Amino acid sequence: MMELAKAFLVGGLLCVIGQILIDKTKLMSGRILVMYVCLGCILGGLGIYQTLEEFGGAGATVPLTGFGFRLAEGVMKEVDSAGFLGIFTGGMKAAAGGVTAAVFFAFLAALVANPKEK
Amino acid sequence: MGKKIGKQTVRLSKGVPILSTAATVGPKEAEGPLGAYFDKKVEDALFGQDTWEQAESFFVQENMALAVQKAGLKMKDMDYILCGDLLNQCTGSCFGIKNFEIPYFGLFGACSTMGEAMSLGAMLIDGGFAGHVLTGASSHFCAAEKQFRFPLPLGTQRPPTSTWTVTGDGAAVLAGKGEGPKIVEITTGKIVDMGVTDANNMGAAMAPAAAALLLAHFEDTGRMPQDYDVIATGDLGTIGRELVVELLSKEGYEMDSRFTDCGIEIFDAEKQDTHAGGSGCACSAVTFCGYFYPKLKTGEIGRMLFIPTGALMSPTSSQQGQPIPGIAHGLVIEGCGKGAAK
Amino acid sequence: MQTTQKAQQEYDKMVKKASPNSPIFTNCLKAFVSGGLICAGGQLLLNLFLDRNFTENEAALCVSITLIGISAVLTALGLYEKLGKFCGAGTIVPITGFANSVVSPAIEFKKEGMVFGMAAKMFLVAGPVIVYGTLTSMLVGLIYFLIGR
Repeated sequence: MMELAKAFLVGGLLCVIGQILIDKTKLMSGRILVMYVCLGCILGGLGIYQTLEEFGGAGATVPLTGFGFRLAEGVMKEVDSAGFLGIFTGGMKAAAGGVTAAVFFAFLAALVANPKEK
Repeated sequence: MGKKIGKQTVRLSKGVPILSTAATVGPKEAEGPLGAYFDKKVEDALFGQDTWEQAESFFVQENMALAVQKAGLKMKDMDYILCGDLLNQCTGSCFGIKNFEIPYFGLFGACSTMGEAMSLGAMLIDGGFAGHVLTGASSHFCAAEKQFRFPLPLGTQRPPTSTWTVTGDGAAVLAGKGEGPKIVEITTGKIVDMGVTDANNMGAAMAPAAAALLLAHFEDTGRMPQDYDVIATGDLGTIGRELVVELLSKEGYEMDSRFTDCGIEIFDAEKQDTHAGGSGCACSAVTFCGYFYPKLKTGEIGRMLFIPTGALMSPTSSQQGQPIPGIAHGLVIEGCGKGAAK
Repeated sequence: MQTTQKAQQEYDKMVKKASPNSPIFTNCLKAFVSGGLICAGGQLLLNLFLDRNFTENEAALCVSITLIGISAVLTALGLYEKLGKFCGAGTIVPITGFANSVVSPAIEFKKEGMVFGMAAKMFLVAGPVIVYGTLTSMLVGLIYFLIGR
């Protein structure tokens, strides 16, 4: 139960930061997503995001910063095992599951659904 | 230059009557406060078509035919069609009217297109080049969102300054002779760029152009705001209207409640969650054709200044960081019957 | 109408005064609750997968795939944009928002064809996320390669 509360808290707070950015800077959602991925990746590289993940669990990994964090982890692991070439393969390898799932489901959705009126 | 008065205004040698109008709208407009005034309300925004763009063209096709029919005329009686819309290369209009086989001038004035069409149509008739001109403008919320903003299923919040594109088509038949409210003067707007870049605040982008047009009109004609029963801008919304009032007050003109905006009239901002108001070519077109025209015809409105407003931008110009210049076109229209002012 | 720089600056002030701000407090509250709920849901799923003897990495991936799938279904039904209007960043920041940004152009542009419409436009909004995510991961990898090991 404590785990759920922590995930709720961390995830919620990450969303609040996004909301403040949207309302204050009029940034579009696409830019928010880019910022979050890059930020998560950098914090992962610095070894800071790991702490957040330990505390928040899914609260830290479900927001898009978690996606960036995964990229950082992946690339560092790959550099450990493959050396320099790991720089080119690590990030994409770590992202593969999520991106492929998005492509697959988007394709399915486009097959069955038609544009709807708001 | 006998007909030109002042810098931007022309007075037609004899007024050009508007024989009939027609307004066809989508479901959201039908639910709005003006719902009862529109000729045809379409329940499905796709209008039985396959795509939003084709739907917009179908709005154009059906509504233009309806306007001609209401005038008791046949399509072949039209000498010209003048119309336009917001879609790339104005395909909404040309695909809508292509089967009519009438000489066509495609227009782009962003959301001011109805003003542009009626202005040029009246000039064609007054100049003796045409007996009947069919004018119109259209827009479609879904097609406009797709082109200018985001795919519809994307979950985003619209800021409180944003406006809602009206789905529909407004059309008016202008003639050399006949009965109807008359277009008597035309003030053509200049592009005004006040450096507004926020594409979610179109009212603010267009307000200076509307204010500039009103100033030019008052100067050219020597009239005051109070000389009109109604002054209606196109799609400034609540924020844009407020800004026009403020800009004009700085120049010494006091605008009162007779100054309204089609974008404010067409939606109930609270209930329909449309934020600052309606927008799009169809906003001024359907509001004039459906709501104001009948009032001009009965004489309830004696003299009206109708000012469709437009924001001249494209997704490309916006992404390149260009500001959003505005434009506005003014028409003085006098109502029928004894109510008509001299 | 004067359009000098000074007039533009003055007008800018007028516009700021006339334009209402977004209701930031209620927006944040909505984002907090909705985003928090999605993440708590993610945690529930994570525990579920961990109980089924998935490794931590596998479980995390399963959570991502499940959430992406749910988001795709809601997007296809036209429900995600209704949620998004209410929740704001609460449904943008989680991975469901990323999925929504991939699925929605795929649906919206399918009328322009399955190749140049659906497929070409699929990453219209999310493409930059992949591009900058990849570039940042390279940067992190390079620095790690040079000094981190």
